[in-house]
Amino acid sequence: MDFPTVIQMLDSTVRLATPLLLACLAGLFSERAGIFDIGLEGKMLVSAFASAAFAVMSGSVWIGLAAGIAASVLLAVIHGVASITFRGNQLISGVALNFLASGLTVLLSQSWFGLGGRTPSMEGAARFDEITLPYANALKDVPVFGPIYHDLISGHTILVYVALALVPLTAWVLYSTRFGLRLRAVGENPAAVDTAGVSVVAIRYAAVLIAGVLCGLAGAYLASLAAQFGREMTAGRGYIALAALIFAKWRPWYALMACLLFGFLDAVAIRFQNIDLGVFVIPVQFTQALPYIITVVILAGFVGKAIPPRAGGEPYVKER
Amino acid sequence: MDKMPRWADVFLVPLISLTIAFLISGMVILGIGQNPVEAMRVMVTGALGSSYGWGYTLYYATNFMFTGLAVSVAFHASLFNIGCEGQATLGGLGVALVCLLIPWPHWSMALAAAMVASIAFGAAWAAIPAWLQAKRGSHIVITTIMFNFIAAALLNYILVNVLRPVGSMDPASARFPATTNLPELGAMLNAVGIPFAKGTPANISLLIALVCAVAVWVLLWHTKVGYEIRSFGKSQKAAQYAGINPVRITMVAMLISGGLAGMMAINTVQGEANRLLLNSVEGAGFIGIAVALMGRNHPFGVVLASLLFGFLYQGGAELALWTKIPRELITVIQGLVILFTGALDYMVRKPVEAMFVRFRGAR
Repeated sequence: MDFPTVIQMLDSTVRLATPLLLACLAGLFSERAGIFDIGLEGKMLVSAFASAAFAVMSGSVWIGLAAGIAASVLLAVIHGVASITFRGNQLISGVALNFLASGLTVLLSQSWFGLGGRTPSMEGAARFDEITLPYANALKDVPVFGPIYHDLISGHTILVYVALALVPLTAWVLYSTRFGLRLRAVGENPAAVDTAGVSVVAIRYAAVLIAGVLCGLAGAYLASLAAQFGREMTAGRGYIALAALIFAKWRPWYALMACLLFGFLDAVAIRFQNIDLGVFVIPVQFTQALPYIITVVILAGFVGKAIPPRAGGEPYVKER
Repeated sequence: MDKMPRWADVFLVPLISLTIAFLISGMVILGIGQNPVEAMRVMVTGALGSSYGWGYTLYYATNFMFTGLAVSVAFHASLFNIGCEGQATLGGLGVALVCLLIPWPHWSMALAAAMVASIAFGAAWAAIPAWLQAKRGSHIVITTIMFNFIAAALLNYILVNVLRPVGSMDPASARFPATTNLPELGAMLNAVGIPFAKGTPANISLLIALVCAVAVWVLLWHTKVGYEIRSFGKSQKAAQYAGINPVRITMVAMLISGGLAGMMAINTVQGEANRLLLNSVEGAGFIGIAVALMGRNHPFGVVLASLLFGFLYQGGAELALWTKIPRELITVIQGLVILFTGALDYMVRKPVEAMFVRFRGAR
């Protein structure tokens, strides 16, 4: 593999890892507060649809983004009401929301646009522009550094940089702010937080809403990248993000690493299909299944055990 | 004292949840500028108005009975099996191998072997997540989700590289020999003098599904293992204290669950398609969750809920055919049913309970 190919591969890795990273951080906030979220997939999907639809209709990508976030937050609120207020099963709520998203997006896009479940193409101002970083064009021809800066680091849409910036931000919020301490405490031992006079319900709602906003960004990114919404366009990315979250053991910087790894696997599967190693051939299906296999192995605890937040999945009932 | 009588718990609460789900679906239909009453009429005529429609409704219902029973057996051990989709996928592989590799002289022998194979393959696919849950404490929901994706990739590989006939571009296996074809429900009913449309996919698997429902009922409420599964589900600690081995019960419950999910393949793969397709499960594994919740994890409830979802499925296809409403409406209804009967159960149940308590107080 030559140098330009490597750069190209890494470039698509970044593109493919971005939605995973946004969704993974969404899951991180929610699950660190003790609310399991298998509805990442559904939230991304409604956001992809709403952002594409409203961007096309208004001609502005920003209105699209706002609509995408609003749609995703709406699902997050339902998840919050079901699992926090009514103490329902968080997993079942997530499954239900995924179905709701999968059905509603096709239903609405078919009846609004009549294109068999997709939206018209997003063009011009309805899509995110690729940002050229300062001096990228001037430094283009510098050996090694030039291509890395011009092709790999520069030239992505704003949401890629937002996603990357969210990693240190999440780490800071989680580990260095009062809110972050309380959020983690709510996920480990909500009774203790309650005893300290802090509202468990409020913290959990905040976490679920943050997850809604981040999934909204992820969906809008996907729609803008594909320049339209298509049925089931998230294609299991919400579950891969969940896998990455477990792989990262619910920690932000490791989440970045896990998402880059899974994004890279995706890039490999798209570019190479079957990989011929001479001795044997790695089928493309194996590369596609690898994130899931890795997650199961990690969960099994043979290589560094992943222990989820202790109060995860349990509704909090105040003692009387 | 119970807060409300049993009939209210078993029938009234699910009925209210279902009504809410349907009302919201009706509003969705209004929202896209269509007529919900007309939609309902099309669905009822298409799915229940003729024996031809019933043939499809019962075919879909058969799938959901298998997966619904699978989910509810696991639920009784308080295990949430989201992996029916993958287990049914593997079950299909078992059925296909049995039907393709062995020349069967008669369908009944092929069916018996296919059942064994589908159970074995489905149970094997459930065994790994079950073992990881029991021994390593890995969350079964996450592992079964992962195993769904791994199953899809595995089947894709096997269909493209192994089972695909030479020269075919389709990722599908060769057609099974005619001797493995199962008798149609229509033909069976005609033979005993009941008129029923021919050429519908409903087949003898329906009867097997009903037998399975009875078997699950006997297993759960009239055997020692069933008692152990239910006590383990109610309280793991109490069950352990009573000498019930948690590893054994987790394994047993999940193997039964996986086996039931796998058996769905005799209906779809052997009964209908007569070959193994890439996506023969078509989400039935997930509908099993809705069916189990709706049916309150009781085999009788599961059968009723399966008929309801069979009706929705066939009705949804008719909708897409005759109206401007896409069949994805069914996915919306399915999501709403899971939401209201599963996650928002407390919201629906609470006012009903309060009503009964007040009613009693007044008396």
